[in-house]
Amino acid sequence: MACVVNDLTATAPELKRTPLNNAHRQMGGRMVDFGGWDMPVQYPAGTIEEHLRTRTRAGLFDVSHMGEIDVRGTEAIAFVNRITSNDTTKLVDGQAQYSALTTPEGTVIDDLVVYRLAADHLLLVVNASTTDKDWEWIKSNHSGESVELNNVSADYCQMALQGPDAQTILQTLTDVPLSELRYYHFTRGNIDGVAGIISRTGYTGEDGFEVYAPPDRAEQLWNKILDAGKTDTPTGVLPCGLAARNTLRLEAGMALYGNELDESTTLLEANLGWICKLDKGDFIGREALARQKAEGLKRKLAGFEVIERGIARDHQDVVVAGERVGTVTSGSPAPFLKKNIGFAYLPIEVANVGQEIQIDVRGKLVGAQVVKAPFYKRAK
Amino acid sequence: MANVPEDLHYSKDHEWVRVDGNEAIIGITDYAQNSLGDVVYVELPKAGEEFAANESFGSVESVKAVSEVFTPVAGTVAKINEALADEPETVNSDPYGGGWMIRVKMSNSGEVDSLLTAAEYEDFTKAESE
Repeated sequence: MACVVNDLTATAPELKRTPLNNAHRQMGGRMVDFGGWDMPVQYPAGTIEEHLRTRTRAGLFDVSHMGEIDVRGTEAIAFVNRITSNDTTKLVDGQAQYSALTTPEGTVIDDLVVYRLAADHLLLVVNASTTDKDWEWIKSNHSGESVELNNVSADYCQMALQGPDAQTILQTLTDVPLSELRYYHFTRGNIDGVAGIISRTGYTGEDGFEVYAPPDRAEQLWNKILDAGKTDTPTGVLPCGLAARNTLRLEAGMALYGNELDESTTLLEANLGWICKLDKGDFIGREALARQKAEGLKRKLAGFEVIERGIARDHQDVVVAGERVGTVTSGSPAPFLKKNIGFAYLPIEVANVGQEIQIDVRGKLVGAQVVKAPFYKRAK
Repeated sequence: MANVPEDLHYSKDHEWVRVDGNEAIIGITDYAQNSLGDVVYVELPKAGEEFAANESFGSVESVKAVSEVFTPVAGTVAKINEALADEPETVNSDPYGGGWMIRVKMSNSGEVDSLLTAAEYEDFTKAESE
């Protein structure tokens, strides 16, 4: 029995470790190399149970591998506004924003979340595997603005508590009135006596929080959150691995850098026109994106559902009328929807909802259909 | 610790073989199902198809991964486990029982002697996971 897609073998010792590495190992997390990080792909409960528990109760994720870049100075907002696609000037203190670092061609260096701590202080939270590249890109695109840049990735642990029970669980550990914290807003506060940042954000399609704290308090917070969420009971919070994180974000229709987004795809092609504020003033890539918008897209990211028996996987070809027209960027079973779903870049003529396509699943053509994304939307 | 029944034969690709007369029942081991994770799809051949030894006869898919499964012995497929189409998770819960995959009429029943014994397979998986 040989693995042909993702190899789940043991990891090499030189991998980077988050402050929760020991906790993962003690709890039976199956560790894998994820972009140079030694991370749990799943815990003993298994990916499906972790996914379902997050949708119905709560799941806890270690996301300490994410990078954090600190931008301070009187021109912090002006600088970030020039290197990202969304409108940084619209943020108020305590607000976060999904955005992207773009190339002059309008393609994507990384997607990120911009936190406004103060008028002269922003925190950029970027993907783990792109942190070094982003840091170099940000420094090299700094031209004279009065800002101080620091890569502070090692100063934070980050964990995400997601799911309908997230607020109730976290509220037992903090005096911050969580019900008053709106989506994509954050506040400084104590969690179990540890000073950190509590943010109502996430990557699962559920309500939930991301907590940033000093790395030496990571284990304390991790264990306290699991205890508060009665992890030992059948309806308690479950620690979740990267596999569940991926299926949750895919079901919720969210892009993953390296799959849906990279330096060969533009934000408009990726359906991220809503974070391209072409009228906000100049930013890197604005001209190219404005031109592409005016000329119209030739291809775009489309969600699909497999109709016949079979599971589409990353990198498989998409076939329409016998011709190879695109590639699957993410393909997976969707545990909550109990369907097999995916994303693919398709020529604009065959990217409409209802379009019948085929996926080349290891030499066998399997029928699928373009559907509206997100595949899953939680009831509010 | 993975369960390795004494009375079965094993391959280095983590399949098991149970001999029943001149037929071989084939599935994947407890160690294999555990490293694969939640099984969500099993693709099997049709009865009547012929396979050489160590040939791929189908695939097992978890949420995250696809793995091919190989015939430890040569032969013709006599029967497949059709219940796995609707309940692939049986491969996880009962890998040596309800999780069986195919029953093969062996072309050379002496072939099973070249497979690993339970003790040999246990040593093999220990070495592999170190």
